[in-house]
Amino acid sequence: MLNLLDRLMLEKVADLHEIPQGAYNIRKNGQGVQKNTTANIDIINKKDKPGIDVIVKPYTKGESIHIPVIVTEENITDLVYNTFEIGEYADVVVVAGCGIHNTGSRKSQHDGIHNFFVRKGAKLKYVEKHYGQGEGRGEKILNPKTVIEAEEGAVVELELIQIRGIDKTKRDTEIRLQDKARLLITERLLTSGEQEAESNIVVELSGADSSAQIISRSVAQDHSRQIFYFDLVGSNKCRGHIQCDAIIMHKAQVLSTPKISAYHDEGQLIHEAAIGRIESEQLIKLMSLGLTEKEAEETILQGFLK
Amino acid sequence: MLELQGVSFETEGDNGTEILNNIDLKLLDKKIYVITGPNGGGKSTLAKIVMGINNPTAGKILLNGQDITNCNITERARLGIGYAFQHPPRFKGLKVGELLRMSAANNPEKVNPYDLLHDVGLCAQDYINRDVDSGLSGGEMKRIEIATVLARNLQVAVFDEPEAGIDLWSFQKLAETFRNIHLKYETTIIIISHQERILELADEIILLVNGRISQKSEKEKILSLILQNNGCLCSTKCEKGVGQSAQFVG
Repeated sequence: MLNLLDRLMLEKVADLHEIPQGAYNIRKNGQGVQKNTTANIDIINKKDKPGIDVIVKPYTKGESIHIPVIVTEENITDLVYNTFEIGEYADVVVVAGCGIHNTGSRKSQHDGIHNFFVRKGAKLKYVEKHYGQGEGRGEKILNPKTVIEAEEGAVVELELIQIRGIDKTKRDTEIRLQDKARLLITERLLTSGEQEAESNIVVELSGADSSAQIISRSVAQDHSRQIFYFDLVGSNKCRGHIQCDAIIMHKAQVLSTPKISAYHDEGQLIHEAAIGRIESEQLIKLMSLGLTEKEAEETILQGFLK
Repeated sequence: MLELQGVSFETEGDNGTEILNNIDLKLLDKKIYVITGPNGGGKSTLAKIVMGINNPTAGKILLNGQDITNCNITERARLGIGYAFQHPPRFKGLKVGELLRMSAANNPEKVNPYDLLHDVGLCAQDYINRDVDSGLSGGEMKRIEIATVLARNLQVAVFDEPEAGIDLWSFQKLAETFRNIHLKYETTIIIISHQERILELADEIILLVNGRISQKSEKEKILSLILQNNGCLCSTKCEKGVGQSAQFVG
């Protein structure tokens, strides 16, 4: 069912070398191709629209759900709605990568709309990797939308990674945190060539003692363009921190708008944003250890995006 | 042997300021040279010229007889020149262990990053996996910086104010470390410093004032000279630092 190219794409977006253990649903060119459920995790196809419902039973611990999407044909626009129900006190990892291989001249596009309900005391780690390849002129486009409701005491960790390969992406992330819910988002982005990437993250800290941290690091090269919009909205006693750092190179553009909005006198919100070139002192230091300028630059970028 | 022949350096622009003027130096293998002198005297510029970070506006630099004046930083590093920054840069996402392994990559001798950290007075287990970023204090950064230079098997090692920001407790350890490299390797060690205890390590002290070498000789002579000199080191004639046409206040 899966050929060599499919396997390569799976490896890139989900670190999978084989069919994964545990629950999974592999979607290829707009259709579900392989699926597995476990005693604790059920995956049901939606009846009214494309997509799946993933249901994790309460108290499920240490299981993972892989839902990779691969697009290997041109002229495809795939829209999918996935809903995740993470039961009370469960602790799971969801890996949702998308890989596009487009050698044609027409575009390939995947838009994933993900809705999470992370119930009381549950822990969710959600990893989303984007990967694109193929020398054709056809554009590779990914537009994910992620909406997360984190109930009391839930812990949510998001890792959003896109390193080259995708021509256009618009990522919308909306998260609401109830009492004592905690959130950590790490975003890593590298654009090159003529690529465009937009990331909007809005976090509503509506519960007492909720907390959120967003760490975004990006590198913009060549003529690429990045747009960031982050808003932490504190409407209760809460703590929030945004750190966004961008390295800008060549003729690239980076527009970053970190915003913090407090509607409560015990809301503590901080934002830090910086855009700059690679510091010349960093290059000189590594060159003084024997690296060439190019090697020094690569080492600095690799560390920065790790 | 590192040789500087008539090295001068001026800042760029129409009103270029002369930082170094006609420096001649012969620095031998297996010797420790300490360059000292007042602030703004050109010490750090001289160190950067050796590493290739600044290029001299006149003069030549030779390493074991080879003219390296036009070699860039990478080329000089590969020829065996190393430099510990006065203000070491920080790197987001790069770990102390990775930086040290990178530093030791071309050293034919096996170097253990844990030993390097120990030599600069840091507990390896606490530091090896930490990022070289703003989570480290100035003093910690300086020690790691020194370790990156110790990691290499060098012809010439330049340390720009290595003691700055390092507490007294670790200072002794640092002095010992310099002494050990001195015993073990043939490296020419150049240290920019104002600290008496570092000056005491020197085979020779070079006093750099207003971009010129004011004195170069064995440490005893210069130390006594520095201690005696209660005048000032201004470049123009004056009375204890006060210009002749000075305006007085009060």
